[in-house]
Amino acid sequence: MSSQFQVVGTRPVRHDGADKVTGRALYGADIQLAGLIHGFVLRSPHAHARIKRIDTSKAEAFPGVKAVITAADFPVTPDRIVDLGEGDTPLSYVRGNMLASGKVLYKGHAVAAVAATNVHIAEEAASLIEVEYEPLPCVLTAPDAMKDGAPILHDDLRMKELGEATDKPGNVAEHFRHVKGAVEDGFQLADKIIEREFSTATVHQGYIEPHNATALWNNDGRVLVWCSTQGSFVVRDVTACVLDLPVSQVKVTPMEIGGGFGGKIPVYLEPVAALLSKKSGRPVKIVMPRQAVLEATGPTPGSSIKVKIGATKDGRFTAAQATLAYEAGAYPGSMVGPGAMCVFAAYDIDHITIDGYDVCVNKPSTAAYRAPGASNAAFATESVVDELAETLGIDPIELRLRNAAKEGTRRADGPKYRKIGCVEVLEAMKNHPHYKAPLEGPNRGRGVAVGFWFNVGLPSSVNIAVNADGTVNLVEGSTDIGGTRTSIAMQAAEVLGLPAESVLPSVVDTDSIGFTAVTGGSRTTFATGWAAHDAAQDVVRQIKERAAALWETTADKVKHSRGVYSCNGKSATFAELAAKLGETGGPVVGRAAINPRGVGGSFSGVITDVEVDPDTGKTTILRFTSFQDAGRAIHPSYVEGQMQGGSVQGIGWALNEEYYMSADGVMQNSSLLDYRMPTSLDLPMIDTHIVEVPNPAHPFGVRGVGEANIVPPPAAIANAIYRAAGVRMRRLPMNPPAVMEAVWRKP
Amino acid sequence: MRTKITLLVNGARREVQTDPERPLLEVLREDLQLTGTKYGCGEGQCRACTVLLDGKAVTSCMTPVRTAAGKQITTIEGLAQNGKLHRVQEAFQEAEAMQCGYCVPGMVLTTAGLLKNTPRPTEAQIVAALNGNLCRCCGYPSIVAAVRLAAREQSNG
Repeated sequence: MSSQFQVVGTRPVRHDGADKVTGRALYGADIQLAGLIHGFVLRSPHAHARIKRIDTSKAEAFPGVKAVITAADFPVTPDRIVDLGEGDTPLSYVRGNMLASGKVLYKGHAVAAVAATNVHIAEEAASLIEVEYEPLPCVLTAPDAMKDGAPILHDDLRMKELGEATDKPGNVAEHFRHVKGAVEDGFQLADKIIEREFSTATVHQGYIEPHNATALWNNDGRVLVWCSTQGSFVVRDVTACVLDLPVSQVKVTPMEIGGGFGGKIPVYLEPVAALLSKKSGRPVKIVMPRQAVLEATGPTPGSSIKVKIGATKDGRFTAAQATLAYEAGAYPGSMVGPGAMCVFAAYDIDHITIDGYDVCVNKPSTAAYRAPGASNAAFATESVVDELAETLGIDPIELRLRNAAKEGTRRADGPKYRKIGCVEVLEAMKNHPHYKAPLEGPNRGRGVAVGFWFNVGLPSSVNIAVNADGTVNLVEGSTDIGGTRTSIAMQAAEVLGLPAESVLPSVVDTDSIGFTAVTGGSRTTFATGWAAHDAAQDVVRQIKERAAALWETTADKVKHSRGVYSCNGKSATFAELAAKLGETGGPVVGRAAINPRGVGGSFSGVITDVEVDPDTGKTTILRFTSFQDAGRAIHPSYVEGQMQGGSVQGIGWALNEEYYMSADGVMQNSSLLDYRMPTSLDLPMIDTHIVEVPNPAHPFGVRGVGEANIVPPPAAIANAIYRAAGVRMRRLPMNPPAVMEAVWRKP
Repeated sequence: MRTKITLLVNGARREVQTDPERPLLEVLREDLQLTGTKYGCGEGQCRACTVLLDGKAVTSCMTPVRTAAGKQITTIEGLAQNGKLHRVQEAFQEAEAMQCGYCVPGMVLTTAGLLKNTPRPTEAQIVAALNGNLCRCCGYPSIVAAVRLAAREQSNG
């Protein structure tokens, strides 16, 4: 690690470690309030049905019940388009996913909610609510939902076509296209063209902590919320919007969050708990059962993708075309947008056309999942690239290097890359001992793939208050899912010249810090870290003024280096000056509220060795090495942790995980017994190799590292399976039956 | 149907009036306010709710409270002694074997149970003991490393 830094690049123990190993860390479901009662949400047994009638009278009369609500309890306001951080959407859709109105659109769709003195009473009372449904035919995949005559989810939905509103009804919410060059001309230049179709199953983010929310509708009209979320301000704004309140009337306290991966950005429970509280006059806590988590939150879209790439004999890509249809679930807004931006993002190709379709189906409304949309797309592209490498007789890393995106490459969706690390990641892969190591034995194969994901900027706020003992309190609005308290505190510590332990970070409620966008988009260490850097600089500026006052000089004459302030032979440490704030003018608070530009994307790569059992089709990962450009690794252990975590999720997605749906739209494996996520027995050690191509726009060169690591694993494993078993797998998951079927079909 | 049940939790006698079939997890969290033990699935498949029952790791969501009566129950709150962290807790901190931390209480107690009976576990024994304790953030490399570290400290000490 570069010696220019004292703190950045080191591995201090995390600030929240002691609380987490002793069970003292308070997660959302751990909150206790005087008079607390418990909520339970009644959910639809049908994947698609009209609600004819709801009778809640028996539930209301059940002993111990304090409140019962349905969608009719939402304030009556005209529908309008709102942007709550995830793009324009009708308010009726936002409310509709919290409590169904008129129709239920997926099995598990919330219909009513009960609050009672304990959760068992609430559950029993909910079972007494009479809902008369008129079941409707359902549609479960994007290709089926796009057919003429398919059951239609939203009677009012009209397709947006190439940016224009149309009057075309159906399940396709949007069709968009990115064009660069002239793709047919590009294919004319190719010596070899490969076109393949792929599909991926619906999978879940799989955080271990279920969603939860506690709300108190206070007598002064304010709504207080405690919950598990990736974005406290998103919860505040959505709750206020849905309940027709000014945002200032809602205060959200983010509790510790037990995993999110994108799935804890949407708001499901908070307004429901608030309405139950309003009706009962008591604080109400709702904790989702695991089955509801799987059936009614999150998953990432299933998808159908066609990719066509042309190349010259010497391995130069001349043209690329992709068509992506992603399942949005019950409401428009699948992750096909970022999927389309990422599908050829690792390559410098002159002629590209990309078509994207956002398609409603009778499954839960999809949510972001770690580099949302990109893993699906990379599975398709990186499989075709691998096939081209084989056909052309070129080493697969070498072929990627010949076409790798670099500074100045323009993506098909418009932006031109600034300094990026795609080539550096590929070089690191080529030179890694793993790639050079022999792989012997039957039924074994090695695969590689690369991937790309953005960093988003978005607003972040940080305040830093100086303590008289020479430490500082750092207050931030970014909920900490994976160690960002520490990676942010370290950036402030670096500027202040203090050890990381002298910066005490706290994630606070929405009343106590400026607006801060979600922990998502690989932005937190990047953007909130940047805010911490700027707030620390504000502290340094003020401390210089205090030193100047003591030394009877001006602040511009005071120098600061590594926590020591000096001028004309006099010097004092930060701690010495902090102890004298009282006599030099009072407290010092540094502030920063930023909306950074100059975000830089992160590239990643995987080399993996697998063995495929020829009798069962089971794939065993023998060795797995993850590569990623971190820009600058603030806390290398956390970067490695992100790479390992993303790799493991990618392996689960590749080999096991899938929503098994019955024909009538009921998830058949809605438990953690049957929705099988990787366990310690399934996995090898995940080796990591951090690449550092500093982001020139960030004060420390940071690129966000949370997501790009999940992009290449499914494709790399597919390519390894091909070399082990001779079959090209074009559907995820590549579980034993799927591999066996492909082997049996092999000519 | 409510009965008085005496529990021995973290070395202290605790009496609860409860339905004897209620999951131990619920009694710990709601009646005794020991919220360090976590709900993840309610069916013994994630092991976030792991506690030690007479030194053996069990899923408290699948343990009717009556079956825990009279046995020594150790929750995550009871592992540190006299203000000093248990070596497994120290090892998880030192090895950075956590991100969100939600699975950590279960992981720590499973490890404590393993090391009690198998002070020098092999890699295979570690992986087998942790099998079923789901972690979605870290994968398992850092967690296996933490267990190895705790075992090493134990044999050194």
